This record gives sequence, structure tokens and C-alpha cells, in this order.
Amino acid sequence: MTLESIKSEIEANVSGCRLEIIPNGSPSGQLSLLIDPEHALAVARFLRDAVHLRFDYCSNVTGVDWPGKEISVTVKTKKIMDGVEQEVEEVQKSHSSGHLEAVYHLYSMENKHGPIILRMRTENRTDRVSLPSLTPIWRSAEFQEREIFDLYGIIFDGHPDLRRILMWDGFEDHPMRKDYVEPDDYEYEPTAHDEVLQRAKQHLDRAGWR
Amino acid sequence: MDEQLKIELGKQGIFATTLQDLYNWGRKNSLWPLNFGLACCAIEMIATTMARYDMARFGAEVFRASPRQADLMIVAGTITKKMAPQVVRLYNQMPEPKYVISMGACAISGGPFKQGYNVLKGIDRYIPVDIYIPGCPPRPEALIDALMALQRKIDEQQLTGDRKPRHLNPDEPSEFIVPRFGAHDLEPPQNPDVWRPPLVNISLAGGDDSGID
Amino acid sequence: MSATTLPAVHLTPKPSIDGSEGQLLEVSMGPQHPSTHGVFRMDVVLDGERVVKLKPVFGYLHRNHEKIAEQETYLGSMPYTDRLDYFCSIMNNWAYALAVEKLAGIQVPERAEYIRIITGELTRLQNHACLIGFLMQDMGASGTPLMYAFREREKILDLLEALTGSRMMCNYMRFGGCRVDFPAGWLQQAQKVTDAFPRFLDEYERLLAENEILMARTQGIGVLPKELAVNAGITGPMLRACGVNYDIRKVDKYGIYDRFSFRVPLGEHGDVYDRYMIRLLEMRESVKILQKAMRDIPSGAIMDVKAKIRGFRPKAGEAYGRIEAPKGELGFYLISDGSPNPYRYRVRPPSLINLTVLEDMCLGHNVADVVVILGSVDIVLGEVDR
Repeated sequence: MTLESIKSEIEANVSGCRLEIIPNGSPSGQLSLLIDPEHALAVARFLRDAVHLRFDYCSNVTGVDWPGKEISVTVKTKKIMDGVEQEVEEVQKSHSSGHLEAVYHLYSMENKHGPIILRMRTENRTDRVSLPSLTPIWRSAEFQEREIFDLYGIIFDGHPDLRRILMWDGFEDHPMRKDYVEPDDYEYEPTAHDEVLQRAKQHLDRAGWR
Repeated sequence: MDEQLKIELGKQGIFATTLQDLYNWGRKNSLWPLNFGLACCAIEMIATTMARYDMARFGAEVFRASPRQADLMIVAGTITKKMAPQVVRLYNQMPEPKYVISMGACAISGGPFKQGYNVLKGIDRYIPVDIYIPGCPPRPEALIDALMALQRKIDEQQLTGDRKPRHLNPDEPSEFIVPRFGAHDLEPPQNPDVWRPPLVNISLAGGDDSGID
Repeated sequence: MSATTLPAVHLTPKPSIDGSEGQLLEVSMGPQHPSTHGVFRMDVVLDGERVVKLKPVFGYLHRNHEKIAEQETYLGSMPYTDRLDYFCSIMNNWAYALAVEKLAGIQVPERAEYIRIITGELTRLQNHACLIGFLMQDMGASGTPLMYAFREREKILDLLEALTGSRMMCNYMRFGGCRVDFPAGWLQQAQKVTDAFPRFLDEYERLLAENEILMARTQGIGVLPKELAVNAGITGPMLRACGVNYDIRKVDKYGIYDRFSFRVPLGEHGDVYDRYMIRLLEMRESVKILQKAMRDIPSGAIMDVKAKIRGFRPKAGEAYGRIEAPKGELGFYLISDGSPNPYRYRVRPPSLINLTVLEDMCLGHNVADVVVILGSVDIVLGEVDR
């Protein structure tokens, strides 16, 4: 049972869903399926309940942060220079907004096969960060989705109890994001050099000892 | 007092000592630790109390669960910022005289997890520590060595004079401020009465703009 | 709180919350508690002595392992994996090495696979023995069964120290094999320890299996139904105590486990007594695996000759590798972007997932049973919080 056959089965059974197979460059051969958030619950329910699939065990739910990056594309355009039409190369820069991702690893305890890897992406990293929660389908996602909310900031709609799990309740950042700046609280390094040395000097200035 | 005289008196059934020796002897040989293992070092602490490296023969047999009944807190394991207020609160609840052994690299300075955003870089930022045990995790023999060092330290404490220990000195505090959870970090990040960043000799460490010296 | 669409599960019915009966008592058990196996807290709401609601709170040992791993190289994270489940450091190393070997397509020589199985099963033995000892201590046996278990654990730790240099934090596996080979005489000593183990198991079982107090306090307590266990992602001895036959050593056949014939014990009722007996039976199976492995181990290299240690940069991609750790399924999910550091490093902790059903198991029981049920879940906070 390959991922392509499972994909066509899902498309046959859940109307309107948009799936995409994401390739995997490593020799592990574990391809993943990108599902769209609107039909995620229906897809998940089909995967869990279809008799020959029976993916009843959600093993791992992971959050990943893909920050926005600059994409530069070199295009050939025709431009008029010095009165003569010439073909020049122009570099067009655009900025992708980046997104957050939730990855689900599914296995089947009944039929003893797997894994199937599902991915869901948010639209951007700032304000449109909600995804449907798959906790109503697989209860094992409960604590793991709470952890992704805590450390990445993805809001899972439909989760029974979405609050911080590893950091304290008043904490305001999402620490696992790539642009998180940690608080500057280690003032002493035994062999300080480079930026650590500069930071150590700042601490001494602040303590009024220089 | 002359040792020979003491032995002669002892043969007659007279036992001569000072009040300070007796007081310290009683205290050092019955240190009751608080049941406070946080992480991996706790397992080595448990192994120290088991049959092979028996800690009970040093008097530290009874591990009390309640801080009100304990007088030694062995902080074994990484202290995270979420746990730090609880540690300080427990220390405040212990009655004097109380001692702290900081066991393992994490409790001394953050250890291997020093880069973590949630790791407190050493418990001595908020409470005074008596003995530090390096290691990750320190062997049970190291914990027993630390206990013996603490016993020697208690033995040297004077009852009167200006080398009085903290619990006999009414001016010294025995409770310390409990940090609060802030939006990004604990507030305050350390207790300035207890801990200050150590002085780094900047000229030895490389000068103003060069790298490693 | 549960939002599943499962059929009705047979839990003990909740007591009636009638305002006239008196008020509910909210108790916070932990984080400093003699029986919670580490810094773990449970907010329990009690009606007299019976549990009405239970919410686990953790994060008191969140040491930012995943964030630190993004700044370290792949090999640099290996000592940190020791500190995840600090009872079984060899198993954590093995799971991480397996995941990286899947990511980079590295093969492991045969002798190294045998060494992995020998050290891994020794770790499983001492973990299960100590867990049963802790369970007894939580029930009030005040340390004596724990002393017996730690006696055996010290023998195994002596072996691991002779091999790896450290009692607990072994840092032994590498991507493509193991770090060092057995010193002279190690295999004979290990065989002696393994051959003496069944006698210890008989002694343990004789002390405890016919014990009235144990049976009264564990049978029928903390029942976990099969469907809930599968849906909540429970793995390890807790799952097999409910009767579900899922052992990753048999399903994935990682390493060379398919050469060993061992049975997978299954329980019937899913209560605390079943989990305790499953662990005893699993120890006996581990002894059989160990004896066969120590007889059949071939000579040869312990490290893949083509494996790169310096400048290790796997191709961009991802991999998920998992093993049957003593606590459940321990998995590592790695995303690589071609640089020496992982882009995303995720640990799938069995103890955290097994805690999902703690509330369901504890409802309706007395507060004294909560401690026993928590002991049978077998959590280690280093893994729950990472």
C-alpha cells in the first residue's frame, strides 16, 4: 500500500480535499501528505475508520517553524535601453511570509502497518495561526497539541483544553520559534570570548564594577 | 583541655567536653535531609541511601517529606525557572539551622543545560549554599564526601563570637525573597543579597576587542 | 473533558456532586512530593476521599533539550539524550542513533547490533526491577523491595561502568555502531549477572505475588479499557496490560530482533496488578534474549567503516525512528537541512503520552490509589518535560 494509493483513496472518499505528497530527500523514504485544514477532520476520520487502513494510533505530533525567507528569482525581460530593445537579466526579490507546521505520524495497531505522515500548514506566522485540532479523532494528540501551542503558538480549534503545558501561564513568548531571543541571564563564563565576552562586559558595567 | 587528662578522667568515668562540641556533635550526626530530588542526580541520591553506599550510617537516614522537619536540603538536579519559586519557598519553610548541598553541575550553575531559556543558572542565585558537589551525576561516594565535609563545617561553627553561624545571629535573614513569574523571565532574575556575578578579569580574558587571549 | 467519539467506556461511575453533601476539596499533590517520581504535580479535586477531577501539571523540569539540540551538532546531542529518561540512558542513545541512521542511510555491523541488544536488555532489566521497587515503596513497603531491586541495579551499573565509563550517563551509541568494544572478561561477568537474575526474580515474586496487601491494593485499581488505550496512544507495558499485542520489537523488527524468539506477555484486565505482572514476565523474556545474544555474538567491527564522524552532514530530509524502550515507544523525529545541526529535533516521549489517561484511570478511586496508579504508569520527568 503506497502513499499514492492511499492519497487517491482519500480523494475518492472525502470530496473537496486538496492533498499533496511532499518529497523527502533523505534515504529514509518517509514521504508525507500535506492536507488542507478545512477537510483535515474528515480525512483523519477516514484514515482511522476505513477497515483496511485503520490508522488508530497517532504516535507523534510535532510543530515546525519555517520562517519567511527572501526568494530571488532571476528573469530575462525585454527592456528598452539607449533606444534599443535588449534582453536583460533582472533579479526579482519577493518575500515569503513563512508558516508554522504541524506534523502527525500515524500507525495502525490493528493492521500493524505504517507510518503515514500528515502535515498541516498555517497561513503565516503572525495572525493567521490556527489549525483544526485532531484531538477528537486521536486522544493522544491532546498533550502534544498543547505543547505545540505553548512552544510555537499554533492555535488548535476544537481542542478541549488549550493552555500552556511546559512554561508557566504568564509566559508570553513562544520559545521554540526561530526568532526567539532568550533572556540574558548568564552573566559569567569561565573562558569568555567573542560575543559572550562582550555580553559579560555589559553585565559588569550594569553592576557598576568597572 | 589536655588530651591525656581527658583520657585519664575518662577511665575514672568522667566525661569532659565543651558545650559547643556537644552541641555540634549532636547536630552534625543527625542531619535529616529533605526529600528533594529533581532530576537525574536524584537517582544517585537514592542509590546513596541504598544498601551499597549506605548514607544512614552518617546519621542522614530519615528523609523527611515535609520541610518543617528537615534540616538539610540536597538540591539534586536541574532547577528550572518554573520550579525556582517552589525551591525558595521550601527553603523558607525549613526551620533554622538549615544547610543546602548543591548536588550536580545543574544545581551549581545550570550545567549542560546552561543555554536553556527555562533553566535557572544555579540555585545559589536565590538561596545560600554550603557545599557544592561537581559532577554529572556525581558518584554516590562524592555525595558522602560532601556530607562529611558538611559535618566538618558544622563542627567548626562557634556558639559565640563573631564567627557565629547564621542561625544564632538575629541580624542575618533566614528567609529569602521568592521570585515571581514574569512575562519573559523570573522577577528578579537573581537575589542581589545572595549572589553577584563573579568578577571576570577582562584583561586576562582577551582585552577590549581581541578574541581569545 | 474527553472529546472522543468512542463508545462508552466502563469507568467507575462518578460520585454525585450534591451541594448539600459538603464542599469539594482541591488538593495540589506536588511538585515536591515523596511519591510523585520527580517534580510532577497533580491538581486533584476530592469529594471526601474520592477523586472527582485530576489535572496533571508538569513543565517543572523543562530543560529545553529540543532547542539546545538545534544549536548542537548531531553527535553533540548524544550526551543530552542520556538525560531524557535518566534511568535507561542506553535506550535513549539507541533510539537517537537509530533515527539518525535512518536519516542518513547508515548501516550497522552485526557485532554492534548484538552489543546494542545486550546493553539494551540489561537496561530494561534494571528499569523494570527498580520500577516494581518504587511501586512497593509508594504502597508503603518503606524501601525494602527497593533495596533488593537496587542491589541488582548496582550489579548492572557496574557492568555498564566497566564498558562505557559512567554509571548512568553512558553516551555509548554512535551513528553506525557503538563507541567501544567489550573489555576483557566483560562478557563472562555479564553472563554471570544474567544467569543469577532468574533467582532474584523468583525471590521477588515469592515475596510479593501472594502478598494480600499488594493484591488488595492493585487488583481492580486503575482499569484502562482497550479502546481508550489505543486511541490515547499508550504504548509499552501499560498497553500490553490491556491486552493489545503491540511490541515494537516484533512489529518493526529493528536491529536484529527477528533472530530472537521471545514471547510478549499480555494482560487481561488492564489494572495495576496486570501492569506489575507484565513487567515481571517481561524481565524473564529479557533474560532469555540476553542469554541467546551472549552466546551468539560474533566477532568483527563495532562501527560502520563508511560512517563519517567529523563533518557529519546528512542530506536534507526527515526521518522518524522508534524503539521499544522500557516505558513505551521512544521515537526521534529529525528534520535536516543539509547543515551540521538538525533543523528540527523532536523527542516522542512515552511517559508524556501515557499520562494522557491518568485522569480517566483515577476517577472514582481514593486519593491513596492515585499514587499507586501513577506509579504503575512509570513516568520519568526528564522524559515528560524534556
